[in-house]
Amino acid sequence: MKRKNLIQKFWNYLLLFITLIVVVFVLGIIIYLIVKGLPALSWEFITQKPEAGMRGGGIFPAILGTLYLIIGTIIFSLPVGIFAALYLNEYASKNRLTRIIRLSIVNVSGVPSVVFGLFGLGFFVILLKFGKSILAGSLTLALLILPVIITASEEALKTVPDSYRQASLALGATKWQTVIKVILPQALPGIVTGSVIGIGRAAGETAPIIFTVAAFSQPNLPNSVFSQVMALPYHLYVLATQVPNAPENIQWGTALVLLLLVLFFTIAGTVIRTRARLRKVNL
Amino acid sequence: MSNNIKIKVKNYGFYYGKIKVLSDITMDIEQNTITAIIGPSGCGKSTFIRTFNRMNDLIANSKVTGEVSVDGINIYKNNVDVVELRKKVGMVFQRPNPFPKTIYDNIAYGPRLHARYSKQKLEHIVEDSLKKAALWDEVKNKLHTNALELSGGQQQRLCIARVLAVNSEIILMDEPASSLDPISTQKIEDLIDELKENYTIIIVTHNMQQAARISQKTAFLLTEKIDEPARLIEYDDTNKIFTNPGDKRTENYITGRFG
Repeated sequence: MKRKNLIQKFWNYLLLFITLIVVVFVLGIIIYLIVKGLPALSWEFITQKPEAGMRGGGIFPAILGTLYLIIGTIIFSLPVGIFAALYLNEYASKNRLTRIIRLSIVNVSGVPSVVFGLFGLGFFVILLKFGKSILAGSLTLALLILPVIITASEEALKTVPDSYRQASLALGATKWQTVIKVILPQALPGIVTGSVIGIGRAAGETAPIIFTVAAFSQPNLPNSVFSQVMALPYHLYVLATQVPNAPENIQWGTALVLLLLVLFFTIAGTVIRTRARLRKVNL
Repeated sequence: MSNNIKIKVKNYGFYYGKIKVLSDITMDIEQNTITAIIGPSGCGKSTFIRTFNRMNDLIANSKVTGEVSVDGINIYKNNVDVVELRKKVGMVFQRPNPFPKTIYDNIAYGPRLHARYSKQKLEHIVEDSLKKAALWDEVKNKLHTNALELSGGQQQRLCIARVLAVNSEIILMDEPASSLDPISTQKIEDLIDELKENYTIIIVTHNMQQAARISQKTAFLLTEKIDEPARLIEYDDTNKIFTNPGDKRTENYITGRFG
């Protein structure tokens, strides 16, 4: 009995310890980033262009570029992802074709992001002649996170009880009416959660945008979807590797801004989700 | 009571894939009558009742043979509009399944699918349906609260009201009281009895007392051997079925010898 208790305790503490290691690293990175980056943050830093060969000034073009890319990615990936999930979960019959589609989606999520970058270069930039542009970059990032959105949306749709579908159809609703009026509102919180995770990932990706949109330095702000932009992840890479003697605090500041931007989208997603959930419960 | 035939079933059979689960069912269902379908668990009662609003269409690889006519029209013909059919033939499920919406929106759901109504007209439909379902007095002050906050029995009456709101003529009920307490069951039964004035009702039940209490006609389905489809053993006036069954198997079932 005593020995059993001891073993029990041992495992208990071991698991706790391992979990704490993870937390320590995450917190460590965040705290380090804040301590190092916070001094660089100022109104000028987030509203001015870089100066002195990126050794001074701000990072506004990169912030704006990343924002554009996020918005573009949302526009392309969200509808396609949700519709694909709707097709797979609500419309498609379970046969070999849908199994192959699902398998492909899972496999796509395992493809390294640099491969997406090369595909985007070959397909969007060169073949479709979009050039290095917001359009090409957003489409590439959208492809990258589609599997995340489809899988999350499908999981969310699966949680909607079948009894709702039956009730709606039995009242004479078409499948589409059922989807729009009953199923999607129910699945929305889950879809938003999954999409936010995907979009956060897209915001921080470097490899897919290097070939498709990111500019080393851009004197003018973008004026159309065919413009190149600077973007935070790539800017960070440039500062760290291509600019000799770039002040450290600018690098840390850039990383912190990127983190805050992702945090902002996560919070926005949480707000939308909580509201949808509240409406679901309280009406 | 009129003896108009509302639904005609002729040589009906049903397959799940290659397995035949129902066979050779022929019966006429009368208008403004409560028809009970009884039989042991797993004999295909629910499958049978879902024939009349083609809810079985949702099951992949299912197949219907024979003929099912509502108001003289074979509902399994290709050109039949399933949406129209389901408006006419409403359904109440075994477990209450209100939408996670307000009471008002639950009732208005059906009407909103099929037409654009003015606010007043819609309010009128909601009130009228809830009154017919004997639920109005209990919910009239909280129409805009979540329907899931109602008790099980109230939820089931709400589901009945939801069907009434689309002006159905036939109401299918698949063991509508099986998940309810005796008092709620009583209320549902009273309600069903009132509804037969204006509706044709088909009710599946495994509760024989319930069939005896509320129905005028009773159909007894039975699977006699494993791997064989269920057949219609007897279909007659409820009185006759329960007092003087014409078939030995019916007698065995209603006296509780099996099932």
